[in-house]
Amino acid sequence: MKSSGRVPEIVRSAWPPIAVGVVFLTLWELFIKAQDIREVLLPAPSGIWRQMLNNTTAIRDAMWHTGLNALIGLVAGVALGVVASFVGSRFKIFSEIVTPLATALGAIPIVVLVAQFYNMFSQTSEIARRLMTAVAVFFAVYVNLVKGLRQVTEAQGELMQSYAATDRALLTKVRVPAALPFFFTALKIAAATSVITAFVSEYFGGRQNGLGYAITSAATVSKTTREFAFVAGACVLGLGFYLAAVGLEYVAMPYRRKRST
Amino acid sequence: MNPIAHAVHAVQISGLTKTFNAGQSTEVRALNNIDLVVERGRFVSLIGPSGCGKSTLLRLIADLTEPTAGTVLVNGKPAHQARLDQDYGMAFQQAGLFEWRTVSKNIELPLELRKWDKAKRRARALEMLDLVKLSEFADHHPFELSGGMQQRVAIARSLAFNPSLLLMDEPFGALDEMTREHMQDELIRIQKQTGCTVVFVTHSIPEAVYLSDTVVVMSPRPGKIAKLVDVPLGDRSYDTRELPQFFAKVTEVREALRNIEYGVLA
Repeated sequence: MKSSGRVPEIVRSAWPPIAVGVVFLTLWELFIKAQDIREVLLPAPSGIWRQMLNNTTAIRDAMWHTGLNALIGLVAGVALGVVASFVGSRFKIFSEIVTPLATALGAIPIVVLVAQFYNMFSQTSEIARRLMTAVAVFFAVYVNLVKGLRQVTEAQGELMQSYAATDRALLTKVRVPAALPFFFTALKIAAATSVITAFVSEYFGGRQNGLGYAITSAATVSKTTREFAFVAGACVLGLGFYLAAVGLEYVAMPYRRKRST
Repeated sequence: MNPIAHAVHAVQISGLTKTFNAGQSTEVRALNNIDLVVERGRFVSLIGPSGCGKSTLLRLIADLTEPTAGTVLVNGKPAHQARLDQDYGMAFQQAGLFEWRTVSKNIELPLELRKWDKAKRRARALEMLDLVKLSEFADHHPFELSGGMQQRVAIARSLAFNPSLLLMDEPFGALDEMTREHMQDELIRIQKQTGCTVVFVTHSIPEAVYLSDTVVVMSPRPGKIAKLVDVPLGDRSYDTRELPQFFAKVTEVREALRNIEYGVLA
């Protein structure tokens, strides 16, 4: 009984989505076969799988370029978001200026911003994509963390006041730990956002090296199966980033584990 | 103990007035010219209808808010100094435990803020947990505990500094009746064991009578002391709640409160 504790739990929570995925792929495959659909319209999962095996190096390289842009943008955006939200929660005037700005940035479509960044930083550097990713990530982190840093309840505040605690102690002992769940919610959103943003940014210019470029170039010559193989690579990348964020959360907040399951 | 220190009152309040939003159209006089002395080692309850300022009075003793006029002395010194010296411990209606800290670490927090070393902190936390009979839960997290248990941890935390004064703002208000009676007995036992003074805000008449040496009945708008009811019932036990003298005191407090209502309505 004792040794069967950990693994079965993962299996228990993982089998429903896996089962749904397998059923979905099977139906897809059967549908293509039954309707005799042309590959250029919608490829079969088996064909996509073969393409993936035949293009492992190309897919891996494209994943590396897009993934690196996403990672750098993610780290920069998170760092910026954390710093800004700390300053914002300390100085009201700062948050009054930055919050509408961050919201506005979040609302501008990628196509507009990234095109501008390509103009500013040249088509041959990766700066535009990384900057675009950082902007998207910053928004998610800032908005959540400003809220998180204000989670101190009245009783908690008065308790700390009764201890004659300094502002610094209130920050490190109460406000930061209370904001952690908000931070990790933001990080999970930001992790997925960073991959999507880095990837979509490639649609609008820049060097021809990433997943986004590979997908558009395969699509323009109607190599639909190859296109889907790169899409699968993008899925794996996004999922990997997301799971890494989940893993960090699991490590950082052990006291939340037991409750959430 | 030092006889001079003994002569000093635990709490001495004179001419205390608190006005919120002074000078504005929303001005409220929460407390008007209050005088009150709490002797060392006594258990005093503040009771009264909502808006009578009993919580405000407690928060003034704790120096969590400033008086508009008058003085509050705790152990003979200004309330502000008493707060800096950690002369009192405080418990609220919400246990207010930090979910990311274990039970023991929650109790250690005030000691941590005063830079006690780790081993000493832990030893004191375990001592306090023993006092509230939760030793085996030292390394659990708050969410694993029931509401009553969490409140006991909050009381242990408020006692961590071994304060001579315990300020409690409806600490059992959110608990069910059975747990509540049990907690009342626990509190009486803890007070006996530590010899601390308690100022206790409550809505419940039987609770005030059962716990207190003196019940302070307050009236609202503006908050003032309507009556002091002494409760000389001796050591409390299971039977105390069924004594005729207990009921007589409950009735006395209830009638004092009813007179306030009539007074307000008239």
